[in-house]
Amino acid sequence: MAVSTVAKPVPKARRAKISDRTRKERNLGWMLAGPAFLAMVLVTGYPILNALWLSLFDYRLTDPAGREFIGLGNYAMILTDGLFWRQFGVTSLITVVTVAIELVLGFALAMVMHRALHLRTPLRTAILVPYGIITVVSAYAWAYAFSNTYGFVNPLLGLGDFDWFGGTWSALFTVCVAEIWKTTPFMSLLLLAGLAQIPEDYLEAAKVDGARAWQRVKRVILPNMKAAIMVALLFRTLDAFRIFDSVFIMTAGAQGTETLSFLAYRQTISRVMIGLGSAVSVILAILVVLIAFLFIKVFRTDLSQARGDRK
Amino acid sequence: MKVSRRTQVYWILGALAVIAYALVPVFWIVSLSFKEGDDITNNSFLPTVWSWANYRTVFASDLFTTALRNSVGMAIIATTISVVLATLAAYAISRLEFPGKRLVLGVALAITVFPVIAIATPLFNLWRTIGLYDTWLGLIIPYLSYSLPLAVYVLAAFFREIPWEMEQAAQVDGATAWQAFRRVIVPLASPGVFTAAILTFFAVWNDFVFGITLTSSEAARPVPAALAFFQGASQFSQPTAPIAAAAVVVTIPVVILVLLFQRKIVAGLTSGAVKG
Amino acid sequence: MAAIEMRNIVKEYGDGFKAVNDVSLDIADGEFMILVGPSGCGKSTLLRMIVGLEDITSGDMLIGGDRVNEKAPRDRNLSMVFQNYALYPHLTVFENIAFPLRLNKKIKEEEIQTRVRDAASMLELDEHLDRKPANLSGGQRQRVAMGRAIVRRVNAFLFDEPLSNLDAKLRGQMRTEISRMQRRLGTTTVYVTHDQTEAMTLGDRVAVLRRGLLQQVASPRELYEQPVNMFVAGFIGSPPMNFMPAVVSGNRLTLPFLEADVPATAAGKVTDGQLLIAGLRPEHFEDARLLDPVKRERGVTFRAPVDVTEWLGDSQYAYIPFESNPEVAEELAKLAAELDSEALRSQLIISIDAMSRLRENHEAEFWADTGRLHLFDPRTGENLTRDEEAAADLARFEQEELRERMEQTP
Repeated sequence: MAVSTVAKPVPKARRAKISDRTRKERNLGWMLAGPAFLAMVLVTGYPILNALWLSLFDYRLTDPAGREFIGLGNYAMILTDGLFWRQFGVTSLITVVTVAIELVLGFALAMVMHRALHLRTPLRTAILVPYGIITVVSAYAWAYAFSNTYGFVNPLLGLGDFDWFGGTWSALFTVCVAEIWKTTPFMSLLLLAGLAQIPEDYLEAAKVDGARAWQRVKRVILPNMKAAIMVALLFRTLDAFRIFDSVFIMTAGAQGTETLSFLAYRQTISRVMIGLGSAVSVILAILVVLIAFLFIKVFRTDLSQARGDRK
Repeated sequence: MKVSRRTQVYWILGALAVIAYALVPVFWIVSLSFKEGDDITNNSFLPTVWSWANYRTVFASDLFTTALRNSVGMAIIATTISVVLATLAAYAISRLEFPGKRLVLGVALAITVFPVIAIATPLFNLWRTIGLYDTWLGLIIPYLSYSLPLAVYVLAAFFREIPWEMEQAAQVDGATAWQAFRRVIVPLASPGVFTAAILTFFAVWNDFVFGITLTSSEAARPVPAALAFFQGASQFSQPTAPIAAAAVVVTIPVVILVLLFQRKIVAGLTSGAVKG
Repeated sequence: MAAIEMRNIVKEYGDGFKAVNDVSLDIADGEFMILVGPSGCGKSTLLRMIVGLEDITSGDMLIGGDRVNEKAPRDRNLSMVFQNYALYPHLTVFENIAFPLRLNKKIKEEEIQTRVRDAASMLELDEHLDRKPANLSGGQRQRVAMGRAIVRRVNAFLFDEPLSNLDAKLRGQMRTEISRMQRRLGTTTVYVTHDQTEAMTLGDRVAVLRRGLLQQVASPRELYEQPVNMFVAGFIGSPPMNFMPAVVSGNRLTLPFLEADVPATAAGKVTDGQLLIAGLRPEHFEDARLLDPVKRERGVTFRAPVDVTEWLGDSQYAYIPFESNPEVAEELAKLAAELDSEALRSQLIISIDAMSRLRENHEAEFWADTGRLHLFDPRTGENLTRDEEAAADLARFEQEELRERMEQTP
């Protein structure tokens, strides 16, 4: 079959004349992929470049005349600001906590979905509800549940009048709960795909070899799911790092629960500090790219399976 | 694998726990949406009296009905555009050899990892300049930025499952590449296209960031954004219960799609992300 | 219908690997040509270059006298049966067969109806026309794929290991069916397989490929009796030809267990003391006790220990281990790896009369028909005993047969 010709410095000796078939295939390829490609590049490429450019200016929307080129001044201002580092910490904390819990919980959910012979359809239908529900709706549901005015959580836990949204840690806790509830199903479905690909033979062989349930999980299931786990972790980490909706609805950034996405929003939209806000956006984008790089290079996440190219 | 009766029972209990996990918060918001008067602040899971009052309130509110219309309209348009473009692109990526294929995929992947807010803020600036701010088009275009890559991935994964020989057989049978696509691939791909459409719809329906950054009035504001700006009948009464009712209304399409197409959605989600 | 001519065809991949290397092959109009070889020998690539699914790096591909190198598959007017049949799952059997006709707007509906029904009745698919491929058995799917191939009037049929997904019994039936259909239609056919039974029974001629290089193109009988080299000799025949070390001394050869004269065909090509590889097919041995006395004179008898016997009812095999020369053993191991077989231990596999009652782990007396002995150069693998005259005779015979058949087809 088609042998990959990527990154081979060997020049093609006697390069064949491109046949009709190849040429038509190439043309058709671009005719079909072109519109989607153009659309993607235009809707994202321009804003990204624009943000890069604007981040070099001291520019306030309400004062266009005062626009002034300040080079990396915005970045210097942000990176020397304690508030930024605090928000970076909050964002990282939410990311690490939610993704870690989602991984464990998601794996348990995946096991149940994989193994429960009964209730399969209701189970899979139910699990898709949090996945499909609007994040804002989920955020409201949890905000009201934890609220000391409306919610059922305090009476349930016997906490009386405790104000969850009155302190940083308790407010962050509610945000994490909402995030975990909403996104664990997605994680568990990705893990389920990996789980379903482990041949039943392996587990039967392990059973015959005398492995207990936990040993089977640890020694057979997990090593064979490594690729699926890494891909799921990558997707969820990138997603969690961009958290915005839940924070906006549940705490509006109060009590020091502001995240980086929220900061970018507030600088640009609320305070119309376009230059500064753009710089925050750029930093956020760089951080996300760094995380992706870390996963792919350091943890060797094999994204080829998540990509559309054939081998 | 043979499973003992006792193990079976454990798994059933586990399944029930998972179902409860998934649905309790949904029931809570539903229950809240039926509360009225003092019930709203009774700190109890269930209302004492079930009332439709909040639904009447939200449907009487222009703010909500316009937002609902905006959400439905823009979601359908954005989904349609994405799926059509993505079907063509995914076919090319999974089936044809052409230079730059990796570039298309790389760009799609890069966009999926890019923070939405980092795109929204520059657009806020640009849209104000060129007059797309607070319009349907001004939201539909940025929706494409994340719905397109998503649809491309789901569809490319699906297309790879179609036996490669099938299309070569069509070529040998005398079909042009276009005929092979239309007569062989499209009928085989339509279930995948449908799945991609559902997933794309979910993604667009869920939008909040673009909704609040790129609108300033009810002209184009979608429901999630509108919820955040929702005010009660009088500005002194907390709009909690009406918000809950509105939240339930926008969740209904999700639940219907999930009920009808559970199998396809699971297949689409799992094949799109991890294969092999 | 048309002849297919290949001139110095090369398929080279970007990394310099040559899947097909300088293959020239003429396939006559109406001929049934088999491409055979172990996996990775380039036979499927060659087929896909004929049909146009694979680009040709260099060389010329002519179909019916026209150069088609740059033509799209659809413009070559060929039909192909794929290994997995590649039936369209969303179409009924009827529509699957009609598919190539429907692509041509000029063909009228009535004609489509008659042609599909003709093809279907030829393949006994009449009852299944409304069914979908998913509801058919393997053999039926295979026949639908053939129906789709024969419904058009094409220059040639191409088959890519069409029977490899069927079980042994069905494979036998379909083999006969393909042969009958090809004889009836008289259409030029190229058939790729790695199964030598298919190669031997179906083809007018067989092209043996090895690592992209064409080894020998000849009738099955010539391949079997007059192989050009050790590779062809070892590939054709089952169980395979026995290879043993043979040392020349004067005009005699010393082999394990026995001695023999240097065959006349090899005279002058060997030197005294030279180490050669001798080849003798399993059926050219016999249990000496059950031997026809008339035959005994033609060969030599020898005593050897029997390791294992396999009795199959109509035939019987005996396995006789022997000490091999390390140099020869190494050559044979290389050959075995190339032929996709396990590295054989050095043993003779001999076919003996089913009546024979040999006991395992006992010595017995055997007879070898040394007149059928082949000698190979261990370095080049060349067959030193190939009889060019006999080979030419066989080729002439085959050509006459094909000509006669073509005159008979309408």
